[in-house]
Amino acid sequence: MSVLRVAYENCDGCGACVAVCPFDGVVLEEGVPRFGAGCRVCGLCIDACPRGALGLPGEEDAGDVADLSRYRGVMVVSERAADGLDPVTLELMGEGRRLADALGEALSVVVAGADVDAEARECLVHGADRVLVLDHPSLAHFRPEPYTDALEGAVRHALPSIVLMAGTPVGRSLAPRLAVRLRTGLTADCTSLEVNERGELLQTRPAFGGDIMATILSGNHRPQMATVRPRVMPRAGRLPVTGTLERLPFRPDPEYPGRVLEVREKPAADTVADADVVVAAGRGIRRAEDLDMLHRLADALGGVVGCSRPLVEAGWLPSTQQVGLSGRTVRPKLYIACGISGAIQHVAGMRGSERIIAINPDENAPIFDVAHHALVGDAYEIIPALLDRIEERGDARAV
Amino acid sequence: MGPYPPDADRMVMHIEFVALVKQVPRTGEVEVDPETGNLVREGVAAQTNPYDLHALEAALALRDRLGGTVTALSMGPPQAEDTLREAFWMGADRGILLSDAAFAGADTLATAYTLARALRDIPHDLVLAGMQTTDGDTAQVGPGVAEFLHIAHASYVLRIEEADRREVCAVVDAGDRVQRVALALPALLTVTREVNQPRLPSFRRRLATRDRPIETWCREDLAPPEGEEAYFGLEGSPTWVEEIFPPPGNPERETWRGRPGELTDRLLAQLEEWKYL
Ligand SMILES: Cc1cc2nc3c(=O)[nH]c(=O)nc-3n(C[C@H](O)[C@H](O)[C@H](O)COP(=O)(O)OP(=O)(O)OC[C@H]3O[C@@H](n4cnc5c(N)ncnc54)[C@H](O)[C@@H]3O)c2cc1C
Ligand SMILES: Nc1ncnc2c1ncn2[C@@H]1O[C@H](COP(=O)(O)O)[C@@H](O)[C@H]1O
Repeated sequence: MSVLRVAYENCDGCGACVAVCPFDGVVLEEGVPRFGAGCRVCGLCIDACPRGALGLPGEEDAGDVADLSRYRGVMVVSERAADGLDPVTLELMGEGRRLADALGEALSVVVAGADVDAEARECLVHGADRVLVLDHPSLAHFRPEPYTDALEGAVRHALPSIVLMAGTPVGRSLAPRLAVRLRTGLTADCTSLEVNERGELLQTRPAFGGDIMATILSGNHRPQMATVRPRVMPRAGRLPVTGTLERLPFRPDPEYPGRVLEVREKPAADTVADADVVVAAGRGIRRAEDLDMLHRLADALGGVVGCSRPLVEAGWLPSTQQVGLSGRTVRPKLYIACGISGAIQHVAGMRGSERIIAINPDENAPIFDVAHHALVGDAYEIIPALLDRIEERGDARAV
Repeated sequence: MGPYPPDADRMVMHIEFVALVKQVPRTGEVEVDPETGNLVREGVAAQTNPYDLHALEAALALRDRLGGTVTALSMGPPQAEDTLREAFWMGADRGILLSDAAFAGADTLATAYTLARALRDIPHDLVLAGMQTTDGDTAQVGPGVAEFLHIAHASYVLRIEEADRREVCAVVDAGDRVQRVALALPALLTVTREVNQPRLPSFRRRLATRDRPIETWCREDLAPPEGEEAYFGLEGSPTWVEEIFPPPGNPERETWRGRPGELTDRLLAQLEEWKYL
């Protein structure tokens, strides 16, 4: 891992560090020093540098305001799914584009991985001004240590004012390491972003489990870093390509302390408690066979089926799927209650859901008191028709 | 990994575990004062961050199996001692509280720095943290500590498969995939609730540890090197909270009426807008 700090702004690429190093620990790449595995942190180069551009980690200059103006533009760190670019990247790009336009600056996207040409092109056709590619076999699988090195290189190369990363398990594992490496602020899981007239990023996020909202700034440091909650921001659309593609060098440390032994598809969430989407059935569903339509809807939405207690008592569904006081407490992004009256014991287990849709013909059903969208109607008419429409669209693929 | 049979060197194995534990307000009890916009924290009961009980349990279970010691480490105000006491009741061997006015107001960067600074003076082969706290909800402190210490980390650990003095092997949540990873020690893991079921504090241990001291370390004890004097607390925190406000309540409930076909159309459009379809 890179151990010495380089103030790239001050470096003029003179090579004095390379000349003085007894260990071949540093080379010039694209005119700037890159430290490799040979570096013993002896400090000779720090003293040899005529422009004081090198230092030990932690010897950071406090970054006065004049320095901040050197950082410009919005950088999005892309994320890859098993089958190409993760859709969350397009959401980051949609938001990044909006912020970049507000600042009158450029949008860059970093694509790190192995064999990522297709992903890089995807970013170009979705409106990136600049795509920075770090393509190396040692980036084939996500590991925080090499990825931190790679992204540090990209940030120091492009000096963005804002860096947006996905609020996914991968993004939230990587971003804090990178922020520490860069000694800058990082705000987690933002649901709304704006810039003010000073170019400061206003980062709004829920805290205390959603009990409060907070707007956070890190305006005296650059880059200003945030992870962004998935599925909140609108996706970038396709645009005529005007951006450029740059390949950045990446020199992995041969001795990273972590290895990926195996990568597996994630087993679908088997209990309601982990699911992002819950389609819940109540006694309004009259026969066990009719649950089939709810399973199909859950599949189409990438979720699982949950239920109220009577269905478990009837033996139609296992008790792991029961939501409520004596079942599981769930907090999915989307909860669709079909034929559930909304007894207090049931509601206790699902009222924290982000979005609640309820379908019930009884206008006075208490479930409507907690629902955001109250569909007064018959699940037996609405759900099958919905499934037909989804099938017609030809892609019932869960995103 | 490890010798075969698995417990051949069990007697000689000594692994130093450190669990990072934080005291948090009970969830669901924090509100914003509508007049002042400040957090109402008075009278709100405190508890140990639920995820950190899983981190502590992971450390205790590995120690019980492999041998070694478990240190519970916390940064917070003096009353955070309660969390370390609870750690004793669960079986921790040592409790250290980092407490100093100079640490107050720390964001995740300053918190991670402070914990990492203390860890330089605490033997650690494997550091375990919760996946996130229920107050900050950031999940940032664990990876931040690992970076400050220049050690490997894995976040969102679903299962710890095996460990010995050289290496730990774990299954981690990586979004649409799960990864099995092996990390050379020293390393740091942040654990999900799936990793184990925390044991209950025991009355017997409560009696046995009644006189066990909790060490309190202040800023001077951490002896920051030159250039890092300002890395603590508010001063060392690049982020600041500009504004706090109550969440927008449930948006006015929308009631949809109409023929089934119309309701279906609206539902489809809504699910598309939210990108579920
Ligand atoms: C100690 C205790 C613990 C409990 N714990 C739980 C728990 O953990 N979880 C839980 O769920 N319950 C629990 N209960 C039970 C709870 O009180 C209710 O009995 C239960 O939630 C009711 O389930 P339901 O809404 O499916 O059925 P009902 O109350 O019978 O409601 C059925 C609903 O379906 C609607 N409907 C009818 N036809 C249609 C149609 N064609 N399309 C759409 N809607 C239709 C009706 O209008 C009605 O509102 C507990 C009870 C006790 C006493
Ligand atoms: N003040 C603290 N003292 C000890 N551990 C902490 C502290 N803050 C955070 N942690 C650890 O870091 C994890 C993630 O916290 P957070 O980044 O605040 O969500 C927690 O689950 C703890 O294990």
